[in-house]
Amino acid sequence: MSIEAREITKRFGSFVALDRVSLRVEAGELVALLGPSGSGKTTLLRIVAGLEFPDSGSVLFDGQDTTDRSAQDRGVGFVFQHYALFRHMSVYDNVAFGLTVKPRRERLPAAKIKARVHELLKLVQLDWLASQYPSQLSGGQRQRVALARALAVEPRVLLLDEPFGALDAKVRQELRRWLRRLHDEIHVTSIFVTHDQEEALEVADRVVVMNSGRIEQEGSPNDVYHHPASPFVYRFLGNINLFHARMEDGRVLISEPVNGRPVGPSEPLAYVRPHLMNIERQPHKPNQLAVWVRHINSAGPLVKVELATEHGDQIHVEISHERYEELGLNEDDAVFVSPRDVKVF
Amino acid sequence: MATTGLPGTTLRAVKVAARRDPALVRSGLIASGLCFLALFLVLPLMAVFASAFSGGIAAYWSAITQPEALSAVRLTLLAALIAVPLNVVFGLAASWCIARFDFTGKQLLLTLIDVPFTVSPVISGMLFVLLFGAQGVFGNWLIDHNIRIVFAVPGIVLATIFVTFPFVARELIPTMLALGSDEEQAALTLGASGWRTFLRVTLPNVKWSLLYGVILCNARAMGEFGAVSVVSGHIRGLTNTMPLYVEILYNDYQFSSAFAVASLLAMLALVTLVAKSIVEWKSARDLEASRRRENADEY
Repeated sequence: MSIEAREITKRFGSFVALDRVSLRVEAGELVALLGPSGSGKTTLLRIVAGLEFPDSGSVLFDGQDTTDRSAQDRGVGFVFQHYALFRHMSVYDNVAFGLTVKPRRERLPAAKIKARVHELLKLVQLDWLASQYPSQLSGGQRQRVALARALAVEPRVLLLDEPFGALDAKVRQELRRWLRRLHDEIHVTSIFVTHDQEEALEVADRVVVMNSGRIEQEGSPNDVYHHPASPFVYRFLGNINLFHARMEDGRVLISEPVNGRPVGPSEPLAYVRPHLMNIERQPHKPNQLAVWVRHINSAGPLVKVELATEHGDQIHVEISHERYEELGLNEDDAVFVSPRDVKVF
Repeated sequence: MATTGLPGTTLRAVKVAARRDPALVRSGLIASGLCFLALFLVLPLMAVFASAFSGGIAAYWSAITQPEALSAVRLTLLAALIAVPLNVVFGLAASWCIARFDFTGKQLLLTLIDVPFTVSPVISGMLFVLLFGAQGVFGNWLIDHNIRIVFAVPGIVLATIFVTFPFVARELIPTMLALGSDEEQAALTLGASGWRTFLRVTLPNVKWSLLYGVILCNARAMGEFGAVSVVSGHIRGLTNTMPLYVEILYNDYQFSSAFAVASLLAMLALVTLVAKSIVEWKSARDLEASRRRENADEY
C-alpha cells in the first residue's frame, strides 16, 4: 500500500515540528526518515500512524484520506524505540494480542491464532521463547518480539520509530541487516525513523533527510550520499572539514579552515571529507596547506590524523595504514595537506 | 603491609568488619527501634485486647452482639462498601487524566485531590452540615423534598467518601507516570479499543498500586472518626459507626464493651497491615523483575 503525506504542519506550542511536509512512499518500499533530534521525523511517523494528528495537511493510504481515522482503525504496525512490550504478558500473548482483541466476528479461531503466532515467532527466530516474559529477554530479542507483534495483525504499513536506538552497536548492526532481509521477504510498505546515517544508508531503499521540520533531500542512499543537495545533508552524512575557498581557472582552491568563526553569506566555502584528503611530506601542489601533526589514532580501519594550521585551526584527515607507514608520521611533524575532492554549494 | 601474612579467616573478618558499622551502634539502633515499636504499637494493641476480654469471653461476645453494636458494624461496612468502589473509579479516572494528558489546571486538580488530606476531618464534616444541614445552603430545599442527609446515613457515606478521596488517586498517579503510555499506544495501533486497552494493558500494570490504594482507602473509611462524628448526630442504632459507638460506650464508662468493639477495629487494622505487606512484597517483586530487565545486557 502506498502512503502519502500532503502539506503536513504540526506545532507543539510555539515550536514548529513539521512545516508543510509532503512525502510519498510507494507500495513495498522501505524508506528511512533521517535527521537529528528535533527535525520532526518521529512526529511525521506518529502522524502517519495516527498517534498524533496534524494541525493542517492530510494523510492518504492508497489515495484514500485517512487523516481523521484513529490509530486503532488504520491498520498500521508500529514498533517503538523502547519496545513497549506488554510487561505482564508472555511473548506468545504479546504477539497474539492484536489477533485476540479483534471484534468477535473478525477474530480468527483459537487454533488459527496459535498457528499464526508460532509462524511469526519462527519468522523472527524466537519460537523457543514463547512462554518467557519480556523481562527475561535481551534488548535485541525484545525488539524482534515487538516486530512480530506488529506484523501479527497483517498491517498494511510497518512504521518503526528508532527501532534499534536502544541497542548496543553490535546488535544494532546484526538487527538492521536482519530487518533488510525480512523486508525483502515480506515486502510490506515500511517507514523507519533513525538519526544514524549509516543505518539509513545501509537499510533503506530511499532516504529522506529531514532538518527543522522540513525535508532537505530525498533519494536513493547512493544519490543522497554522493550528490547531497545542501550543506546540511553533506554535514549530516559524515564528518567534514570546512575551508574558505576561492575559484581560480575553474578550480576550487582551499585556504584557511573555517573553525567556528562567522562566515559571510556570500563567501564561498569548500567541504572536504576527512578520507578525501592527502598528506604529503613535500610541497609540490598549488592547492596545499602547511600544517603540523597534532594527534594520531591508528586503531581502526583508517588512521585518523588530527592536524593544525599555524593559527591552531584543526583539520581531520583519514589515511590508509599503508600510506601512514609510507609517510612514517609522528606527532609534531610538519606536513602538507591537499584535498582530493571538494564539495562547494 | 599489615595484612599480608595474616591467616585467611582473619583477613575475611577484617573485610567484613570494614563493611559493617560497629556492633554497639548496630545493636543500639535495633534496640531503640524495637523499644519504640513495643511502646507505641504492641503495648497499646495488647492493652486493647486485654481490656476487651477483662470481663471474660461471654461478656466480650455479648458486647459485640448487642443490636446497637451490630448496627454500628453494619453502618461502617456500608459506608466502606460505597466509598471504596466510588473512590476506585474516581482514582482511576483522575490518575489516568493526570498521567496521560497535559491540560491547563492540571496542577490545580492535583492540589484539589489533596484537600481532604490537608483539611482537618472535623472541618470536612462541618462542610457537609453547612451545605446540607437544616440551616445550610440546600437545607430548605432538602426539607421540602423530605430528603435527609445530615444526621442520617447519606451524610455519613458522603463524609467517608470525602475523607478517603485522595488515597487511590495518590497511589496510582506516580505508578502511571512511571509506566508511560507506550504500551497503551502499542495496544491502540494493534487495533484494541480504549476500553480493551484499559482492561488488558493499563489495569494489569497498575494492579498492585490500585490494590494498595484500596487497602489504605478501606482502612481509613472504616476508621474515620472526625468528619463522620460531625454529620452523624450519634443516634444509637441508626447513625453510629464503629468508631463513634466505641466513644459512646467509653463515655458511658462501659470500658470492657468499648474495648471489645475497639478490638474489632484493631483486628481490621491488623488484617489491613498483613494485606498491605503482601501487596508491598508482591509489587516489590514485580518491580525487581522490571529493574532486572532495564539492566539486562543486550545479548
